[in-house]
Amino acid sequence: METAPAYHLILEGILILWIIRLLFSKTYKLPETYKLTEKEKEDLIEEWQPEPLVPPVSKEHPAITYDVVTGPPSHKIIINGKECVNFASFNFLGLLDNERVKEKALASLKKYGVGTCGPRGFYGTFDVHLELESRLAAFMKTEEAIIYSYGFATIASAIPAYSKRGDIIFVDEAACFSIQKGLQASRSFIKYFKHNDMEDLERLLKEQELEDQKNPRKARVTRKFIVVEGLYMNTSDVCPLPDLVKLKYKYKVRIFLEESLSFGVLGEHGKGVTEHFGVNMDDIDLISANMENAVASIGGFCCGRSFVIDHQRLSGQGYCFSASLPPMLAAAAIEALNIMEEDPDIFTVLRKKCEHVYSALQGIPSLKVVGVSFAPALHLQLERGSGSRVTDLQRLRSVVDYCLDRNVALTVARYLEKEERFLPPPRLQA
Amino acid sequence: NKICPFEQQNKQESFEQPPMYVAVMTYVGYGLVTLFGYFRDFLRAVGLEKCHVAQEREEQKDFTPLYQDFENFYTRNLYMRVRDNWNRPICSLPGPVFDLMERVSDDYNWTFRFTGKSIPNVINMGSYNYLGFAENNADFLKSVADRLQRYGAAVCSTRQETGNLSLHEELEQLVAEFLGVESSMTFGMGFATNSMNIPALVGKGCLIISDELNHTSLILGARLSGATIRVFKHNNMCSLEKMLKEAVCSGQPRTRRPWRKILIMVEGIYSMEGSVVRLPEIIALKEKYKAYLYLDEAHSIGAVGPTGRGVTELFNVNPGDVDVMMGTFTKSFGAAGGYIAGKKELVDYLRSQSHSAVYASAMSPAITEQIIRAIKCITGKDGSTEGIRRIRQLAENTRYFRARLKEMGFIIYGGDESPVVPLLLYMPAKVVAFAREMLARKIGVVVVGFPATPITEARARFCVSAAHTRDMLNQVLHHLNEVGDNLCLKFSRRKHPSRPDPCEETNS
Repeated sequence: METAPAYHLILEGILILWIIRLLFSKTYKLPETYKLTEKEKEDLIEEWQPEPLVPPVSKEHPAITYDVVTGPPSHKIIINGKECVNFASFNFLGLLDNERVKEKALASLKKYGVGTCGPRGFYGTFDVHLELESRLAAFMKTEEAIIYSYGFATIASAIPAYSKRGDIIFVDEAACFSIQKGLQASRSFIKYFKHNDMEDLERLLKEQELEDQKNPRKARVTRKFIVVEGLYMNTSDVCPLPDLVKLKYKYKVRIFLEESLSFGVLGEHGKGVTEHFGVNMDDIDLISANMENAVASIGGFCCGRSFVIDHQRLSGQGYCFSASLPPMLAAAAIEALNIMEEDPDIFTVLRKKCEHVYSALQGIPSLKVVGVSFAPALHLQLERGSGSRVTDLQRLRSVVDYCLDRNVALTVARYLEKEERFLPPPRLQA
Repeated sequence: NKICPFEQQNKQESFEQPPMYVAVMTYVGYGLVTLFGYFRDFLRAVGLEKCHVAQEREEQKDFTPLYQDFENFYTRNLYMRVRDNWNRPICSLPGPVFDLMERVSDDYNWTFRFTGKSIPNVINMGSYNYLGFAENNADFLKSVADRLQRYGAAVCSTRQETGNLSLHEELEQLVAEFLGVESSMTFGMGFATNSMNIPALVGKGCLIISDELNHTSLILGARLSGATIRVFKHNNMCSLEKMLKEAVCSGQPRTRRPWRKILIMVEGIYSMEGSVVRLPEIIALKEKYKAYLYLDEAHSIGAVGPTGRGVTELFNVNPGDVDVMMGTFTKSFGAAGGYIAGKKELVDYLRSQSHSAVYASAMSPAITEQIIRAIKCITGKDGSTEGIRRIRQLAENTRYFRARLKEMGFIIYGGDESPVVPLLLYMPAKVVAFAREMLARKIGVVVVGFPATPITEARARFCVSAAHTRDMLNQVLHHLNEVGDNLCLKFSRRKHPSRPDPCEETNS
């Protein structure tokens, strides 16, 4: 073998070093002109003007001055100095000024003090909480229940605990704001179906099934949920639960039911929309409700099978990272449950009164009633809107003021205009 | 490399690194547990071990599984073995001592059974009871009981509808005066205060620069707002300045449009580290780069500062310099709820646009009264010196506790004024042994590990309270000393000479 001449070796050596340099250098170099000098940076910092932290709010904005309530917000309420019959609070069963409830809350206050000073994981679990959870589970005839310290946070923490990026959720258009926030936090695909329209939902489910058949591997790990409310906050009507259960088994989706308005209102014993329709509780995967309406306390709960609920104890954000419910409010809720169990007649009384009010409100010129006859919260909408939301709201406000002068308290239903996905038209809430 | 002007370490904060063998043993520990986890999963799959995990219904077995196996690996195999150290139920008020309910497990923590007895007088080093307002003294609670009797337990309505009681307005007035700002607004839940108001303040096209170790509620609020989020290293001013400069000069990614606003989110005291925010430096940076500052004082309001007004008082900073002051009433005031305070325009805007005012229930009247009472006590408006006494007691307890722990040779994190004292344990087995051993000696501690902290930095976190007496603290320290020796927890390599207690000099 002949030895290579010297210039071959030198050339190959240079080539190897060049290759090594290319391997370790950046793939491209930013041309020097793109880099800013220090002086230019200072100028940019000088010139930049951010927007003000908050845009100015006009003084006439209806939401700045609140109506001030002095005294307890019970059946007779003193708003802005006038005593009125209260048609505006969600105190459906009248448990807000029930003496037994107050007594139990006082006893709990004397024993435990006011706050819990810690989240559930760090000595914030009291025996009252455990008792309330077991009582709720027994009342709803499910395996387990979990309590949150704020009603809004309940469904907003429950949905993201189960549904993650890549999962699919089918939601009714009239879903309330806390459900919308839960959906946003979950980062899943959201598909809206028309309010209470089962055919629209079935169409969406069929489309999804076709998609799944094209990609079975992905479909095997994509979870699918339907989120509906028992009694819708925004439209005061009921969801068709038996049809939903049929769809559930046909297309293999899980149902999350939000019963804030219907818990303690619908059904023979106040167990909500499942009792109202006679649906088996086990068919619903998760029932979530807040205790701030019929139960006249603060907080919320979710109930269902242990398989489903136990997961939230480690992954429900509003549960793990927030202080637990103050014990006196939990004791008030337990006593409210006691009253509900002892005396199921109050639900019949409530229903009769609702029907009475509903029929009495029919036939008012230029206002139409939105909602079912047994719903405790009704909406009164203008028959013919003027086209401008602001003028409609002003007219409704003048109706409210008129009623306040005659000692009846109503309220304009409040929505955040820019944030709601499907904005309901302006209306009064009664 | 330009020398960063903030480089001088704050002498009072210490984040000592452990010896190398500790980190190695920690990883080895986690590795062993993971291996065992796989082994047990295998046994369960084969059928040799009974499966205690709750199962899906028969009718729904062909649905897509609700949980993936690997998501729950940690829960099934690690957390279940040791979960008796968390969620311990108590049956008394969460004061400086409390009664724990005794619970036992017959099947290695899969299910618990209450024996019906309670463990009385356990010293409470875990509850956030900084000023000792978790009390049930009938005299102190008289006004709260009166309100409860008169108003009922709850309000059943939102703030914008019929939920706005005159009590709420009184409270907001008091909070604004207490903090030294123009006006404030209160909400029913501390967590929800962040997650519902940050989306109202910033939106798409805005930039949020948040500290690495911010609380989940701040992160959730930032995500829900739709703004771009960037994270800077914990309490590191160089990292923050670099990010601010880059943001202002380069603008939004891809389009290069200038940002609409920049919001810096920090906390007063970080709950897992005990470190105090560097407020004067952040304010200087904020003025230079025209950013806005959101300060979450959940742990620091009421707990630091000569009159308990939080980190603004601690650093002698004008509260008007902080754009959004947020805090919670759960920790130092012994109630529940949160507030946001600042200029009148800010609060007016939030009154109309906050998600909580429109959709969420208002604060319960009894809780409102408790906060009013607590603020009056702290500021001395009720005519007594009880408030100032508690604040001084808390400061004294904090200093004493921290000094003694350092002397003993433990590694603790955080600034000297912070009543949150994390004591580093590192190895997973020691964490569990520590918690169980302290409970056997009738001291209730809080331990945290992965995923709330970095994997190698599991710790026990003590919350000092004004209600703790010197005897209680001495008892805790005595037991800590013994347990520290038994479990070899004294990792500190710094020498701390034991100096005479300065408090004893003034007392005599």
